[in-house]
Amino acid sequence: MIVLPVLPIIIPLAGALLCMLARRSIRAQKGIALVTSVLILLTALCIFSVTKDGTIAVMNVGSWQAPFGITLVIDMLSSVMLLLVGLLAIGVSAYSCFDMDEPRIKFGFFPLMLILLMGVNGAFVTGDLFNLYVWFEVLLIASFVLLALGGEKVQLAGSIKYVALNLLSSALFLAGIGILYGMAGTLNMAELAHVVQKESGDGLLTMVAVMFIMAFGIKAGMFPLYCWLPASYPTPPAAVTALFSGLLTKVGVYSMIRMFTLIFDTDPQFLHGMILVGAGLTMLSGVLAAASEYEMRKILAVHIVSQIGYIVMGLGLFTQLALTGTIFYLIHVIIVKTNLFLIAGAVNRLKGTYSLHQLGGLYKERPGLSILFLISAMSLAGVPPLSGFFAKFTLILAGLRAESWLIVGVALGVSLLTLYSMTKIWSYVFWKPAPEPLPDLHPMSKGKWFVFLLPMIGYTVITVALGIFAGPVFDFASEAAAQLMNPERYIHAVLGGRA
Amino acid sequence: MEVILAIVIGVLYAGGLYLMMRRNLIQLIIGLGLLSHGANLLIFTAGGLRRGGAPILAEGETYFATVPADPLPQALILTSIVISFAVTAFALVLFLRTYQAVGTDDVDDLKELQK
Repeated sequence: MIVLPVLPIIIPLAGALLCMLARRSIRAQKGIALVTSVLILLTALCIFSVTKDGTIAVMNVGSWQAPFGITLVIDMLSSVMLLLVGLLAIGVSAYSCFDMDEPRIKFGFFPLMLILLMGVNGAFVTGDLFNLYVWFEVLLIASFVLLALGGEKVQLAGSIKYVALNLLSSALFLAGIGILYGMAGTLNMAELAHVVQKESGDGLLTMVAVMFIMAFGIKAGMFPLYCWLPASYPTPPAAVTALFSGLLTKVGVYSMIRMFTLIFDTDPQFLHGMILVGAGLTMLSGVLAAASEYEMRKILAVHIVSQIGYIVMGLGLFTQLALTGTIFYLIHVIIVKTNLFLIAGAVNRLKGTYSLHQLGGLYKERPGLSILFLISAMSLAGVPPLSGFFAKFTLILAGLRAESWLIVGVALGVSLLTLYSMTKIWSYVFWKPAPEPLPDLHPMSKGKWFVFLLPMIGYTVITVALGIFAGPVFDFASEAAAQLMNPERYIHAVLGGRA
Repeated sequence: MEVILAIVIGVLYAGGLYLMMRRNLIQLIIGLGLLSHGANLLIFTAGGLRRGGAPILAEGETYFATVPADPLPQALILTSIVISFAVTAFALVLFLRTYQAVGTDDVDDLKELQK
């Protein structure tokens, strides 16, 4: 129990080190990556079972009392994020065992993936602002290498934009941390929340908050700072894109949720209003950009931006119901988006292209894969009874209750356009007859094909299950949101009676 | 002292952002470097500039006779210098690789690749 919060960091680190030791054997690396992923999921399940009743697991690293040492804190939101990381790790590493090319594995794909997971997990469990910055850098440097690994020209060009903008965001984040430390004299998030409440109305505080919006906005891919995302995400192999789309932008969103419910909740009129405006524009610009693309992977990548808009919309509305919607949407979109990228990767593996114009007739050839795509795509668009419907429904209900008519209108319109993009992929890739038949690049036996599809089948089942058992998921998200809306419990759990 | 440092930080930020908006890759990376120096100095200044002794209590003492200097900003800056060193090293290699693969250091030419 005491060491539980540190396990999500140690396990991927150990896995990465073992993978590096076994760098000569591809088979061993695959095995280690799979076992580590299973362990990550198991620890996440343990943590989930401890925190699901609202307990906040706290660990002071090195036994330095908070607020002096680094504190690891896991509340319900963190625990569900850890669970999603575990699910993603298993699916993506299983998929990469099939679809990752040998040179990339030899140059360290698996250790990099595990280090990325360590950084993501670290960002989810830390309760210290500077430590959050360090975890951001850990996952960034791993993602830089993963993005550029392989060294194709497009990849390199995309990586430059990604690196430059993310470093700019890190510099902003660091400057924000510096000013906040100057004001409050602490970096422990719980104590910051405690100190900052006294400073409400201070202009400097608002400025720092806006710096954090900018910094996390770049990382999350929010309007108007998302241009690195469409440039870089569609360039690496599908497994890498799936991992990035599931986790990286979501770490930015998670940090924003954490900071703007715990610390910067003093001036919601202005700050959360600003986030809400950003959310609306993010949704709209993302979906419009996607509508003009004619490449399967690019459409999905640009769509990440519009989904970030939905997630952030809940934070902008800043009511318990809205945050419930945000958490529900996070759970839904991480699973569905990863699944869609893996399916796109499978299509590319079969036919060697992502272009909507060249592909066609896949429904006839591969009905199984097509059904998997259809279910996930409809879930993303928000067709009942799949998970996306309930997530969007909660958000829109929260918008109506808050009487923010404009954002509700935008969200509904964007939802329709999402449906348009998804049906576009469906009709071009799966439904229309192939313009000229493309040969199967990697013919597989029926059994092997089924094993290859297992991660995608798993994610699709989860999507359907999230829709069928929407009640319990909603209850959980609602309690997690209640925890976020009442930061006193978080502060008390970390600082005890000293607050 | 604060005023001088504030001006220095401002110049570093302005120079860094200006260089980042240039088309040349080398200028981009120098800009990033200036920006991280600016952020480091900002932490140093915001953390409080104070002439004071080391925050170490001699045996038997229970409080500081004079207000000591705050050691934490320096620790933060040290960490961030190490991180930005590693990141800059990586970025340099990435830019070199790009230059070798594409044959140009002009950001605008890279855009053509993505179409």
